[in-house]
Amino acid sequence: MSLAALEDVTLRRNGEAVLDAVSLSVDAGEIVTLVGPNGSGKTTLVRTLLGAVPPDSGRVTRRPGLRVGYVPQRLSIDPTLPMTVGRFLRLPNRHPWDAIHTALEDAGLPDVADRPLAALSGGQLQRALLARALIGDPELLILDEPTAGLDQPGAAAFYRRIETLRDSRGCAVLLVSHDLHVVMAASDRVICLNGHVCCEGTPAVVASAPAYRALFGDGTGGALALYRHEHGGHRHEHPHPHHHETANG
Amino acid sequence: MDDFLLRAALAGTGLILATAPLGCFVVWRRMAYFGDATGHAAILGVAIAVVLSLPLIVGVLATTVVFGALLFALTREGTSADTVLGVLSHALLAIGLVGVALAPGPRIDLEGLLFGDILAVRQMDVWLIWAGGAAVAAIIAARWNALLTATLGDDLARAGGIDPARDTALLTGLLALTVALALKMVGALLISALLIIPAAAARPFARSPEGMVALTAVLGLTSVLGGLGLSFVIDSPAGPSIIVAAAAMYAAARVAQAAR
Repeated sequence: MSLAALEDVTLRRNGEAVLDAVSLSVDAGEIVTLVGPNGSGKTTLVRTLLGAVPPDSGRVTRRPGLRVGYVPQRLSIDPTLPMTVGRFLRLPNRHPWDAIHTALEDAGLPDVADRPLAALSGGQLQRALLARALIGDPELLILDEPTAGLDQPGAAAFYRRIETLRDSRGCAVLLVSHDLHVVMAASDRVICLNGHVCCEGTPAVVASAPAYRALFGDGTGGALALYRHEHGGHRHEHPHPHHHETANG
Repeated sequence: MDDFLLRAALAGTGLILATAPLGCFVVWRRMAYFGDATGHAAILGVAIAVVLSLPLIVGVLATTVVFGALLFALTREGTSADTVLGVLSHALLAIGLVGVALAPGPRIDLEGLLFGDILAVRQMDVWLIWAGGAAVAAIIAARWNALLTATLGDDLARAGGIDPARDTALLTGLLALTVALALKMVGALLISALLIIPAAAARPFARSPEGMVALTAVLGLTSVLGGLGLSFVIDSPAGPSIIVAAAAMYAAARVAQAAR
């Protein structure tokens, strides 16, 4: 059974379909990446999956009692709110400090619990948000454009960290991104969204799918080359089931 | 010390119970315009209370709560909340002033309405303000962690099992109540100043949200007592004097921050 799934979900806003008959599922332990141009409904899809937005039609299912860790696109914290990183991680539930320090270490941000949130750099803030999502020991980690303000090496390091976390904690990951170069290397499965699901499959299959190329152009051939060059054979290190290996664009 | 001054000092102290925690949330959540608009709605509430021969506090509270709910509904979509609030805030002020001018019976003291009137603070008002202030403080304390989480962002709140709209609605309601309580002390035009300025002055010295509320309370209380003292000595209007005292502390805080 999948952890969370959308079945034929349609969602309209002002009469226009933001999501059009979208189906997708995330299984235990896999990394699924959602790519698509701006305004393609990626964030809406995530919010629907989280249960924050009810769909107009279709079904949203989450395994009962599923523990979800959510990393939002950005934190719109007002600088007038004084708060240490440790306190930020203990809201709204006062988790024990052991769990806080473990989460911070796993997120690659040790020894900052006493520092004010406002003093963190963009990359550190992103890791603080990741730590926050890890505290409840999630079975599914959802990240919405987690590397939006980071440079490419920073983004690549962040995604490597996500992959390591998946391996050590065994949690499934749903990534929303347009950093195709760096994301694809870590993904088991890529879903290309533009209101509807354009194509879906392994990174290699999606990158060569006509629907994907129509959306992102031929320039992404370089992404595929990079993927093959740096991570050839990499996926076989993980004994995860890989299905959906068809492009239906 | 004169009785009226003592009553005003007691009422102001009770008011700080509500304005210190609420003012911090107004600053953190950028609700300053919201406070202004609710304050302006209170003027219309006075006119309605006079027309219907209701106690002032009832008319004011009913109006601020209704307009708070209206503002909440209109600004929830979020897109151009700034413009909507700007329009509503001043439209409410104008409608309220027209309503007060047209209300039958003896002329309503407009200056007292706009800038506060400590002579009008009676024993009963002191009890009312203390009860209301304590209620606001208790409700905020009870939902403290949820309110803080909702302040960090809607998505984070939902991920933590908190309905952010509910907490925004709660703060809106508490704001309406506080405005109704504060009307006699500082007047409709300066209520949001009493919410914002002490909190803004406290910010540079606070390391935690709780610390900021505590310091805001100290600065707010100093503003009330200092303003009343100023008003007594130089015979200035009490409401504006309280805000002058608060503004002076804000200036001092910024200078101290720059000097560090």
